[in-house]
Amino acid sequence: MIKKYRQGAYYGIFFLFLSVAPFFLTDFRAGLLAKFLCYGIIAVGISLLWGYTGILSLGHGVFFGLGAYCMAMYLKLEASPSGIPDFMEWNGITELPFIWTMFKNPVFAIAAAVLVPSLIAAFIGYVTFKNRIKGVFFSIISQAVVVVTVTLFIGAQQITGGTSGLTNFFTVFQVPLTDSGTKTILYYVTVFTLFLIMALSFGLTKTRFGKILIAIRDGENRLRFLGYNPTGYKVFIYALSAAFAGLAGVLFVLQVGIISPEMMGIIPSVEMVLWAAIGGRFSILGAAAGAILTNSAKSYLSESYPEFWTIFLGALFLVVVLYLPNGLAGLVEKVKLRFAKKEKKEEVKHAGDSLVS
Amino acid sequence: MQEILSCRNVMVDFSGFKALQGVNLDVKKGEILFLIGPNGAGKTTLLDVICKKTKLTAGTVLFDGKISLEKLPEYKIVHEGVVRKFQAPSIFIHLTPFENLEIAMKQKKGLFSILLAKMSRLEKEKIDSLLNKIGLFDVRNETASSLSHGQKQWLEIGMQLIQEPKLLLLDEPIAGMSGLERTKTGELMQEISQICTVLVVEHDMDFVRKYSTRVIVMHEGKVLSEGTMQEIQENEEVKNVYLGRSG
Ligand SMILES: Nc1ncnc2c1ncn2[C@@H]1O[C@H](COP(=O)(O)OP(=O)(O)OP(=O)(O)O)[C@@H](O)[C@H]1O
Ligand SMILES: [Mg+2]
Repeated sequence: MIKKYRQGAYYGIFFLFLSVAPFFLTDFRAGLLAKFLCYGIIAVGISLLWGYTGILSLGHGVFFGLGAYCMAMYLKLEASPSGIPDFMEWNGITELPFIWTMFKNPVFAIAAAVLVPSLIAAFIGYVTFKNRIKGVFFSIISQAVVVVTVTLFIGAQQITGGTSGLTNFFTVFQVPLTDSGTKTILYYVTVFTLFLIMALSFGLTKTRFGKILIAIRDGENRLRFLGYNPTGYKVFIYALSAAFAGLAGVLFVLQVGIISPEMMGIIPSVEMVLWAAIGGRFSILGAAAGAILTNSAKSYLSESYPEFWTIFLGALFLVVVLYLPNGLAGLVEKVKLRFAKKEKKEEVKHAGDSLVS
Repeated sequence: MQEILSCRNVMVDFSGFKALQGVNLDVKKGEILFLIGPNGAGKTTLLDVICKKTKLTAGTVLFDGKISLEKLPEYKIVHEGVVRKFQAPSIFIHLTPFENLEIAMKQKKGLFSILLAKMSRLEKEKIDSLLNKIGLFDVRNETASSLSHGQKQWLEIGMQLIQEPKLLLLDEPIAGMSGLERTKTGELMQEISQICTVLVVEHDMDFVRKYSTRVIVMHEGKVLSEGTMQEIQENEEVKNVYLGRSG
């Protein structure tokens, strides 16, 4: 019971902090925080997939990127008065490719941003999980998907914008993106989305379904002999976490204003896993907070000591792997336990006192 | 009595090594059938074949007179009511005993049924009463990793029971248990046999004597002999390959 309230309190503090943060931050910092919140959404999905279900995907950058591109296509069309994006005109294209025409509709664009990543994940997941490919082999496949996708996006320069990606957006729903009012609204939309995603995920882990996820992590084969076919469960959670990443991509593009193949490549994909590991992959809140803290540290360090960041990230990861398998959330838990023990000892001491006197 | 399970000419070949060499064996409805035999006789392998942990190379395993188990995936064999307890405890240590039973419980186990599942009063009562029966009610909300070895074994037996099996396969259920725990397990097994058929692999002859209704001896991948414990004990061939050595 007490534990329940304490959980609630942590979530409360977290969202209170996020709600008031813009009042204390410069516009630049608030913009960065908004970006980190998008990363937080991805980390929550990774916590479900990796922390709870034990599936390590090293390819979530792709799902994030696909979501971002879907939204970016809509924004790009809105920013192209001629109806044809600038980079296509430079390439001498005079008619909008068919794929692009569908993204004139914002509802379609946002739906696609969520559905395309989850359908691709469902497909990859079905093929691999059904054939009982797991562990490192799955992780390698997920990386291969990144390589293929990035190569395709760079290669299809005429429709994707190539290495420079999609950028130079001006408005969304006819509202200027650079307005501080728009920015504030987008920030709170992101906070609210993160809240919904976390609430949904936290809720899921508490259901019977959530217990099946843990059982898959602890002993997938044993679960088979209890009458479960793990394939469907794994596909579902993989697709769900891909959908989260896609949604994060939508919010990212709206606030950061650019998406390029590099931002969905191997390095960001691995970083996404690190956020969850550092924050604590067994905890939804830990993973989200991990994304925000790691990236805050990253932007602080790379502003002041740019050459240090990679070393620092590597060191941090080593420390977490070696000493904090449960991440920062685990550290909080440990400290709390120590205090609780102390308190108990004191209580016992007091009890002893009263017996004597 | 009617057969619940018939193995016909079951063969298993581990890349050249013939672990089972044409096993013919019937399990009758409602009995506690013990499978004994020296180490490496193929007892575990036979249970593995029945629950599809191991694929057979030839033969059939007919369940309830009509279902060929060798054609079904593991989880569907469980749906038919054939439930296996492995030698090593295979509970989920990050879940509590209550949660372990909750997911093991007989129910629709597809993704969407589970996504929509809500704990009903009836289910909760069922789990609680089983927790009482296996003596784990007081620790129902601790993580299972903190249970003692015996408690883990009972939790696992509980997880098989709550699936309401028709045929229960047990592999050395009392290995590593103390005397008291053995008696309790034996009694539990007798109680279970009121509602389902039990096929047990066991080395402890006192245990076999006490709780078996019928015994089958395996040796080098084949059935050597079958009968009551007494008949088995008097069989010269069995004495030679097995009982003479282990008592
Ligand atoms: N996966 C495998 N690959 C190769 N050989 C195996 C495999 N599993 C079992 N065997 C061999 O098959 C034979 C039968 O093994 P099994 O485990 O069925 O014996 P058992 O009767 O259960 O013995 P025990 O009483 O020691 O448990 C043994 O010789 C064993 O080494
Ligand atoms: Mg064995």
